[in-house]
Amino acid sequence: MSVKTLTHLQRLEAESIHILREVVAEAEKPVMLYSVGKDSAVMLHLAKKAFYPAPPPFPLLHVDTTWKFQDMYKLRDKAAAQAGMELLVYQNPEAKERGINPFDHGSLHTDMWKTEGLKQALDLYGFDAAFGGARRDEEKSRAKERVFSFRSANHRWDPKNQRPELWRLYNARKARGESMRVFPISNWTELDIWQYIHLEGIEIVPLYFSAPRPTVKRDGLILMVDDDRFPLREGEEPVMRSVRFRTLGCYPLTGAVESEAQTLPEVIQEMLLTTTSERQGRAIDHDQAASMEKKKQEGYF
Amino acid sequence: MSDPVYKTDALIAQDIDAYLETHQHKTMLRFITCGSVDDGKSTLIGRLLYDSKMIFEDQLAALEADSKRVGTQGQEIDFALLVDGLAAEREQGITIDVAYRFFATEKRKFIVADTPGHEQYTRNMVTGASTADLAVILIDARKGVLTQTRRHSYLVNLLGIKNIVLAVNKMDLVGYDQAVFDRIVADYSAFAAQIGLAGFTAIPISGFRGDNITAPSAHTPWYMGPALLPHLESVEVDASADQAKPFRLPVQWVNRPNLDFRGFAGMIASGVVRPGDEVRVLPSGKTSTVARIVALEGDRDLAVAGESVTLTLTDEIDCSRGQVIVAAKSPLEVADQFEAAVVWMDEVEMVPGRAYWLKIGTQTVSATLSPPKYEINVNTQEHLAAKTLDLNAIGVATVTTDREIPFAPYAESRDLGGFILIDKLTNRTVGAGILHFSLRRASNIHWQATDITREHHASMKHQKPAVVWLTGLSGSGKSTIANALEKKLARMNRHTFLLDGDNVRHGLNKDLGFTEADRVENIRRVGEVAKLMTDAGLIVITAFISPFRSERDMVRGMMQPGEFVEVFVDTPLSVAEGRDVKGLYAKARSGQLKNFTGIDSPYEAPETPELRIDTTAMSVEEAADLIIARLIP
Repeated sequence: MSVKTLTHLQRLEAESIHILREVVAEAEKPVMLYSVGKDSAVMLHLAKKAFYPAPPPFPLLHVDTTWKFQDMYKLRDKAAAQAGMELLVYQNPEAKERGINPFDHGSLHTDMWKTEGLKQALDLYGFDAAFGGARRDEEKSRAKERVFSFRSANHRWDPKNQRPELWRLYNARKARGESMRVFPISNWTELDIWQYIHLEGIEIVPLYFSAPRPTVKRDGLILMVDDDRFPLREGEEPVMRSVRFRTLGCYPLTGAVESEAQTLPEVIQEMLLTTTSERQGRAIDHDQAASMEKKKQEGYF
Repeated sequence: MSDPVYKTDALIAQDIDAYLETHQHKTMLRFITCGSVDDGKSTLIGRLLYDSKMIFEDQLAALEADSKRVGTQGQEIDFALLVDGLAAEREQGITIDVAYRFFATEKRKFIVADTPGHEQYTRNMVTGASTADLAVILIDARKGVLTQTRRHSYLVNLLGIKNIVLAVNKMDLVGYDQAVFDRIVADYSAFAAQIGLAGFTAIPISGFRGDNITAPSAHTPWYMGPALLPHLESVEVDASADQAKPFRLPVQWVNRPNLDFRGFAGMIASGVVRPGDEVRVLPSGKTSTVARIVALEGDRDLAVAGESVTLTLTDEIDCSRGQVIVAAKSPLEVADQFEAAVVWMDEVEMVPGRAYWLKIGTQTVSATLSPPKYEINVNTQEHLAAKTLDLNAIGVATVTTDREIPFAPYAESRDLGGFILIDKLTNRTVGAGILHFSLRRASNIHWQATDITREHHASMKHQKPAVVWLTGLSGSGKSTIANALEKKLARMNRHTFLLDGDNVRHGLNKDLGFTEADRVENIRRVGEVAKLMTDAGLIVITAFISPFRSERDMVRGMMQPGEFVEVFVDTPLSVAEGRDVKGLYAKARSGQLKNFTGIDSPYEAPETPELRIDTTAMSVEEAADLIIARLIP
């Protein structure tokens, strides 16, 4: 005798809210990592639901690289204000001083701004739990990631030393200095995320929709010339192309796809008919086979 | 190779809005696959991902390349490579953890818990099964029902999974022979009846060839049942059954943004709730009425099992995290002693009598386990005698919590009958368990109130009772200091009693040895005796090695706040061994004495003792004076 059949999105939503509340109930000082992407947008929306009518009882933290798209910075500030949450922006001072950038420094850019920046920010504020928007379907090594992922005092992830997670019972106990990364949308797929954004009318960065944008083709990627820091190589000339982005990161590292999709249903349609997996647009994964796993051990999300 | 049949490109291309509308109404099924690498489990999951088109071209290209390089299927695609995760595992060719995979069809989204089936991975299988609605048990058609099939079935049944699919795999290798299939089904039916499995659906398949995966196979015309995927799409999920049970909401978090609002947030474990429903809060038993079901998108008039909600009540009653809001007319049982099945998940064996954190629902309490009544051989289901449980062992034991908790037998509710055990020092999740039923012992022995109180006893003696707990290595000087301290206190007309480790072992604890479990029990008994003596108003001095922090903390927890004075007699091992008054170190070093603290058994030094005495820098008299200064300021 079923009064109401829950859809897959309703079950996923309920699970995510449960996880968000569990952390708030058990952690001393939680924070939500907010990267302004679509996954972050869903996670923030779920947090608003979980704690309504109170605002989510933790701040948002943006570990900034100074190289995000302009549109991302705009939506970041707006979304935080609308949620009634404090927004903390952290930029690794050493990376800033040394002028680390994606054009000259390769993987050091991600390492210093993101990996090191994140560790520094967590240490600086003393956060013991950080929500992240990673999903298990993104990449093979993430399929085994726990919802509550424990990090040693120096932020290392030890794949052999993760706790079993049974039922809805999460063990959030930890020693002083240790911290946890918590992934409330672990069980969502890319399609779930899009459907939920569509269903709930969640605002996302316009870059996900197609528009004419100044771009250059380089090393097999279409890159957007988002500001005048983009060093053009000889013979390169920005060309207006109708493009959109499937994932968002630092603009010089994020490949666009040529597209005419201007509405959410069109974006979803294109995603369903497309034939390459999501992370291909990100340059960092192509380094080596088990690259994501290695980055995770070092503390990258 | 058959073409993928799911994901209707035509509808997506022609009418995306119609497609989205259909897909927003999909339901979800979580299932676990049980079987070892040899049974073709990874191949089956890879096949499901492939047939439901969850594999993109770039992944397929990588898969084809990998198949040629490290695959086990010659030049054909090795689907198993799709699902093997961590780098180390790929090299070893086995999966060693629980991995979660996702795919979707027109009707459902699926979450697959992929776990290895070897005996040493019982822990992982139990973890994967705990959230599953259904289990697919794989059998190699050439091998039939094996020991491991029995193990998987036993565990799946233990975890309360009611929907079971017996997938008889590799039918292509037995020539799609109906007789082979029928014999395996008959064997399994006999076994299922033995362990009380309610029923199962048997399907002959080939994960490698794709037979009976998405559609009935032409190779098995004799098979009239559904193919695997259509079956997974249509089977009824437990969640609907949960709605028919009485309302239960474990309170996860109290939402108090201001003085005018008090909401109780949590996920509904069972039943449905509407504004106006009468409810009861357990364990307090207070009743009230649901005022609102509050949500961001506007108040709701109904919420069901499996939804995360925020309720407000019409009365200002006390209710906090860990309590359970239930239908007023069908309350839950409340108890503090249970029979439970426990699965041990840590390399360090279970220590009976040691206090662990027990987390059940949204509540965490302190709990101890009795020595197992028996251990269960997961392969044969025989009961074995056991003193403890090792990694991956399953046993039945008595669980005693430090307070009464609302609960339901696991068979009625996973959320209110399933628990995890957490080590208090390492914070590791060391075990998981399911409550069978409450043992009435605690509620039958009532606490007899006495008229002469502990305060009365103490005031007659003109002193404040205390426990001076001396801990340290053998030969550190505990007994010597304890003796000097008692003499000084006696001269000050204080009523004392000295409990000495060696002396207690001659009588009260004569039956105990020196294993970890016996050491825990030794300290527990001494703690209880010391507690009775403080009730009698005495200053109790104890001299026990008491090497484990958890047990010292357990005794601390028994006493009134401020009455427990932990004194760390800090003597380096080399110094204590040099003294070797009783010649024990020499015996331990030569191997004549086992489990000797400091030699082959650990000593966990106190982190924040009330007092620390460095015997290399302080005389016995000075040490005793220091303690007295702390006791009688």
